[in-house]
Order: sequence, then structure tokens, then C-alpha cells
Amino acid sequence: MSRRDPWRLVRLLVVLALAGCGGEADSAVDHVTGQSAGKPVHGDTFIDALTGNISGLIPNVLTDSASFEVGSLIYSGLVTRDKDLNLIGELAESWEFSRDCLDLTFRLRRNVRWHDGRAFTADDVVFTYETMINPKTPTAYREDFRAVSAVEAVDPFTLHVRYNRPYAKALQSWSTWILPRHVLESYVREGRLREAPQNRSNPVGTGPYRFSEWKPGEKVVLVANPDYFGGRPYLSRIVYRIIPSQATIFLELKAKGVDSAGPAGLTALQFKRQADFPAFRKAYNKFQYQANAYTYLGFNLSDPRFADRRVRQAFAHAINKRELIDGVRLGLGREATGPYKPGTWAYNPNVRTYPYDMARARELLAAAGWRQRNADGILVKDGQPFAFVLRTNQGNDERRKVAEIVQASLKDLGVRVDIQVIEWASFLKEYIKKKRFEAIILGWGIGLDPDQYEVWHSSKTGPDDLNRIGYANPEADEMLEKGRASCVEAARKKYYDRFQEILAEDQPIVFLYFRDALPVISSRIRGIIPSPNGIRHNFNEWYVPKPLQRYTAG
Amino acid sequence: MLGYALRRLVLAIPLLIGITLISFSVIHLAPGEPTELGTGDTPIQSDREVRERLRQMYGLDKPLHVQYWNWLARLVQLDFGRSFSPDARPVLQKIGERLPVTLLLNVVEMMIIVALAIPIGVFSATRQYSKFDKITTIFVFVGFATPDFWLALMLMILFGVQLGWLPISGLRSPTWEYLSFWRQQWDFVGHLILPILVATFGGLAGFSRYMRQSMLEVVRQDYIQSARAKGLAESVVIGKHALRNALLPIVTVLGLSLPGLIGGSVIVESIFAIPGMGQLMVQAVFERDYPVIMGNLVIVATLTLGANLIADLTYSLVDPRIRVAARRGRR
Repeated sequence: MSRRDPWRLVRLLVVLALAGCGGEADSAVDHVTGQSAGKPVHGDTFIDALTGNISGLIPNVLTDSASFEVGSLIYSGLVTRDKDLNLIGELAESWEFSRDCLDLTFRLRRNVRWHDGRAFTADDVVFTYETMINPKTPTAYREDFRAVSAVEAVDPFTLHVRYNRPYAKALQSWSTWILPRHVLESYVREGRLREAPQNRSNPVGTGPYRFSEWKPGEKVVLVANPDYFGGRPYLSRIVYRIIPSQATIFLELKAKGVDSAGPAGLTALQFKRQADFPAFRKAYNKFQYQANAYTYLGFNLSDPRFADRRVRQAFAHAINKRELIDGVRLGLGREATGPYKPGTWAYNPNVRTYPYDMARARELLAAAGWRQRNADGILVKDGQPFAFVLRTNQGNDERRKVAEIVQASLKDLGVRVDIQVIEWASFLKEYIKKKRFEAIILGWGIGLDPDQYEVWHSSKTGPDDLNRIGYANPEADEMLEKGRASCVEAARKKYYDRFQEILAEDQPIVFLYFRDALPVISSRIRGIIPSPNGIRHNFNEWYVPKPLQRYTAG
Repeated sequence: MLGYALRRLVLAIPLLIGITLISFSVIHLAPGEPTELGTGDTPIQSDREVRERLRQMYGLDKPLHVQYWNWLARLVQLDFGRSFSPDARPVLQKIGERLPVTLLLNVVEMMIIVALAIPIGVFSATRQYSKFDKITTIFVFVGFATPDFWLALMLMILFGVQLGWLPISGLRSPTWEYLSFWRQQWDFVGHLILPILVATFGGLAGFSRYMRQSMLEVVRQDYIQSARAKGLAESVVIGKHALRNALLPIVTVLGLSLPGLIGGSVIVESIFAIPGMGQLMVQAVFERDYPVIMGNLVIVATLTLGANLIADLTYSLVDPRIRVAARRGRR
């Protein structure tokens, strides 16, 4: 810590004085896992922070992460992911695939009730399917159900799904939030699901928490569902406070106004420097795990300069990824070699990598014809200097910094880069969709299934499609097609391994890094199990020992 | 007088239509549309069919002038429409739930500013270049130069984190429902103190400066000289003769700041996590939620025009010179 902080001493004294009279001292805790001896008990309120207002209470027709966070506690799916990212049953007790991957049969739990007391049956699942494929439903997740040819409730607790082609994400797609037919049917039929009162208040789900209150822009309150099929969750009440500013969230943490920095967690600077003093370490457990998102340097591959693979490879060699992560993330991230997260089953560690090597980068550029330099030291080919505009979206400081580091790295190589930061909607519409860009810094969130057909397949290069860079490689296409057409993991692994080799060789984009998610949770919360799936996978099992309970409510 | 007011009112209608026409076109010309599902970096397949249906539903498939005409026709019946954001709620409801807190904050802020700025202005004018005047001058420049967000964070650190006297953000404590009635009131007031303080600080600087200037001009007038010559006490000269005249320009400024009362400050609201109009408007702009943006604009424009009118009318009420001149020079 090189920076002098005049407030530090005052702060320290005040916090120490406060800590002396508080009842927070509990030394029998393993601070790494938050585990402690003793049985979980019910009670207390958990105050979480969201930076964005939720946009509704029926997540099936929403797209913002705040709504998903809240929705995931109100609703359940047929399946969910456990701590090791395996699919396990939620509303489904068990399931089986037919040998050809075309028939999927779920056996459902029998004692599940909706929040209004009605029994949950297979018919509700049929209804949810009908809702999702109804063209009048404004959902962004219809694609998941396109391969389905029929869904049928064999009996109230058996569901049969028939696919018209093998679909790898079949099982995962049933983690979608199941909706109640008896409440929402008329709205779906009229195409007015968004206007349903349940999207504004009193949503009816089957999840561990029931809706209590939503004050737009201020807070959302949930209370424990005593009839939850998995047993009543321990934390009695969840308050999501909506706090747009991350600086404010951090101050609230220090003043113990919130118990968590939210699902997004702290910024790298807060995590590494500002939250690193004894009182904070005592009051909070900090966690660190790889987020499901990577940042990349992308090229418009229809630009002749970038169509040459050697140029992209040269850029990959010229960017020191480690230094980049240290610079923009204070080291809290991991180098990316491809679009899969290290440590997941689809990840292939044995692909070509591009260590920082300027000499090699120069060779590659020279081989691509970029040999001479002009008076300004810029590489020239056919009389044209190598200069381009690197664009990124506004509101993301990290990407702007990445752009600046890339700019500096490429300057050493003799390439001039100008940076332009543009408001998101304009960026998407005017530049990305119209393919009016040369290079971009953007990120991709990755799903838990390795199928990335939408992002890489050559058929997905239209203005509204997601293969924005225009990547086309027949072999990669083939691997993507085969990979999504099987429901056998071992078979899929082969295709995705090869797919990653091709991507590593092609470098259609320079994969930069996977961010670390940096959540902090009040140390009075116990039962947290850090895992590859983050920390929220067992939220229902979190609890606060009786003597540490802070809020008497509930 | 009445005729004048009526004429102004009638003239305001084409003006209002002009304002909405221009704003409507500008907003719709900005790139991006509310039908873009799954923005951000999540690889969600945006479904063309769904998007087309949404565009139809919102009427975005029609030419711009038709859209404007439809919007105007609904507005005349006081129907502001429904928000394009996924909660699809009526615009008036959305504005209605945000307005009270913004109004409360701004009105209190305005009252404090006026209550403090007038005496400060008067004192520094009557004791020009005194120690008090110099100190307030410095204060004014500091006030102008201090960024809201920085001051807010500093106050939060001091009163919220270090001293623990005041809550840092939000409007109510998470345990609000469980407090006694009086505790609830105190809790609410406590949450408002810092935001009001921050909002007042910047405004106070400008206003007191304005008051000082106006007062300085008045005390140089001949009639003040006469008042003094009559042998009136200095307190009467300043407090009665000078102050009343010096307040005239302030009335105009106050009138013009009326529409600002419902605007809400984005920065203060975001930092203090206050669900007010500023946040609603910014979110609406980012989401291209046209009905909410337009609804907001119509209300602000109407208020501005109304406030202008009121300011002009009160001006002639409080200033006899204008009244006389108007009577003489009536067309």
C-alpha cells in the first residue's frame, strides 16, 4: 500500500472502539469457509445490495441480472446446478434420456405447493413450455425450446418431452423458471404476461422465498417460505436494497448497513486495497472465484488486414496478458486461452498459447507483409499505414483501461490505435450490427453449457446475430454442430476439445482474461461453501447462529 | 391583467406542442430501440419474431409522424401510455411513485437555500469587503467548485462510517417496519439530512451571491439615499426599503427554478440511493423507454411555461413600476 491515507488512523481507532463493544467477536469460526460447529438455526434478516432496479417479477420475460437474482429465490426450475456445476433435480426428482437422446422423461416431486397453496403438477410445466414458445410472449429464451417437438404430462407427476433432434442443452433448458398455470394462463393467452399483476407484485412461485414487498428503486423484500419442498430456509427475511453506486455500497458495508456487496461483489480496487484492514476482515468474509465471463479484443474479420490470421496471432503475442490483468484487475483474474473457463469439464488446457513475445509478433507481422515503417514509426503495407480505431462501450471503466493497454502494446509493434468509447445502445446499433467497426474490446458471458453455437457458427453472422466478428471456419462449424447434437458428455468433450484447438490456432479474437468475482458476505452468516459455482448455490442453507443474529424480524 | 394572463395561456399551447414535437423526434432518432432484448454481454439469441411483435405492440413499426400523432391524441385525453420497460406499468404511476420524494427533497432544499441565502446576501452586501463578506465569498467559490459526488462521499464517510450518526443511503432503514411510529419518522428524517445538505451546499452558493449583487445595486439608488436623509434607522432602510426592492430579481429566479423541483439530481440520487425522478429519467433514457421520457418532458415543459407565467405575473404584482409602465404602454 503505497498511498498515504490520512483518515486511516482515525478510521482504525473508531472501528476498533466500535468492535470492542459489539457482540460480533466469535473466534470459533474458520474464516475461509465460514463454517462453524453448531446446528443451523432459523432467523435474522440478510441485507443484500443490487446496483440495478429489478425490472419485474416474472424472470421468464426479463433480461436483467437483478431480476434473475430475486427471481431465482421465488421460482424453481425442474433442474438446477450444484456446487460443482452438475445438474441436479429441483422440482424434478429424477429423469432419464432415451438412448437416442430424443426422449426425456422427468419424474416430479409430489409434495410441492405454489406460494398460494395450490399443488404443483406436471401440467404447470406444460404451461411453462407453452408460454415460452408462444410467439406473443416477449421472452429472450425461446431458442432453448425450439428443438422440442412435444411436451406431455403423462400423469400429474410424470412429464415426457420429445425432441425432434438431439439437443445437448435439453436438460439444462429445464432449469427455466416454472410458472403457475392457474394464475397466469389468461395473460399468456392474451400476450400480456408483462402486464400481469404478478410481474409487479405477489408473484406465485415454488421457490424457497415468498415475495413480500417491492418499492421500485428502493428495495425488494422476500420472506422465507415455510412450505418450501426443500425445508424452510434458515434466513427468515431477505432485503435487496437497490444502491446504484458501488462506492456507496462499500461505505454501507463499512457502516454495516448491508450484509453483502451484492452478487457482483466488490471492485478489484476495493477488494484488494480498501477492504484490506483488520476490522473489515473481521466483519466480512471475502470470496474469490472465476466469474463466467471473459474480456476479449475482437476484430472485424471482413477487414482484409484482420482477415490474415498471422496479424491476429501477432497481436496475441504482443499483448502481455499477465500485465494486463495486473493493470486493470490488480491481478484478480486469469488469463483466457479460449472461450471456456479453466476448471470446467469442457475446458481444454492443451491448446496453442501466445506468450508475450514481441520478436515473434514482429516476425508474424512481417510474414503478413507489414515490413516497412513510415516516418512516424507506423508499419506500412501497399502505402497504407497500419492504423485502426478500437471501440468499446461507455460505462465500463475496465474495458477502457484494457483498450489503453492494448493501444500501448500495439504501438510498440508499430500499429497506431485510436480509442473510441461509445454509449452502449448506439455502439450496438450503429457499429456492431452494421459491422462498421475495425476492432472492439467487449466481453462475453458464458453459459454453463459449452454450446456456443450462437457466438461462433458461420450461420450466425447476420445483423441481429451474435457472431459479430464474422468468424467462419468449416471445421469449427462442424464441431459446434456435433457438440450440440449429443447428450453424452464424453462424446461432446471430444468435439469441444478440437473446437478450442481451432480457435486457439485461428485467434478470431484475442482472448484476454476471465474476471474474478469478488463477493463479500457478513461474517455472521454461516454455512457458505465456496465452490466452482460461486457461493450462492446453497443460499437456502445459510444461517446466523442465535447469538449473532442482528435483526429480530421474523 | 386577466386578459394578459389568458393570452399568455393560449400562446403556451402551440409552444408546448412545438416542444413535444422536437423532443419526440430527437428521442426517436437516437440509435437503439426498446425492443432490444438481452442487451449486454449475455449471449442471448435476440428473436426477430418477438422483436417484430413488440414493435407492433408499441407502434414502432409506423412512420414517426403517425407515432407522434397517436401519442399526442392520447395525451390530449391525459393518457400518458404504458412504460416500454418489461414491467409495462402506466407512465403516470411510475412518475407518481417517484415524484413525492424528489419534490420533498427539492422543496426543503429550496426553503433552506432561500432562508439562508437572503440574510447571507444582505449581510455581505451591506458590509461589503468586511471579514464576513470575504469569508462568504470564499465559501461561495468552494461551493461552486465542489463536485456533488465528492462532497456526498466525504459526508458519508464522516457521518455515516466514522461517527455513525447518520444513515449512509436509502430512504428508510431495512428494519423500518419494526420501528415505533416516532422512530420511523426520525429514521426517515435522518436519511434525508445528508442528501439535503449536499444539494443545498451548491445551490446556496449561487443564490447568496445573487442576493448580494441585487442588494448592492439597490443600496446605491437615490431613494435609499433619501430614506437615510429622512433620518430612518439603518435597519429600516435596509430591512424595509432596500430589501423589498432587492428581492424582485430573486422572485424571477425562484419562479424559474420551479420546474427544477421535479427534475431531481441524478448524481445525488444515485450516490444516496434515493428512488427519485432523476434515476427514473436516466434509466428511461438508457432503456429508450419513450413513453416515460415523453411523459416526464411534458410535465417539466408544462411546469416551466407555467412558472414563467407566474413569475411574470408576480413581478408586476410586487413591482409597482412595471404595473404602471404596463398600463401606460398597453397596446
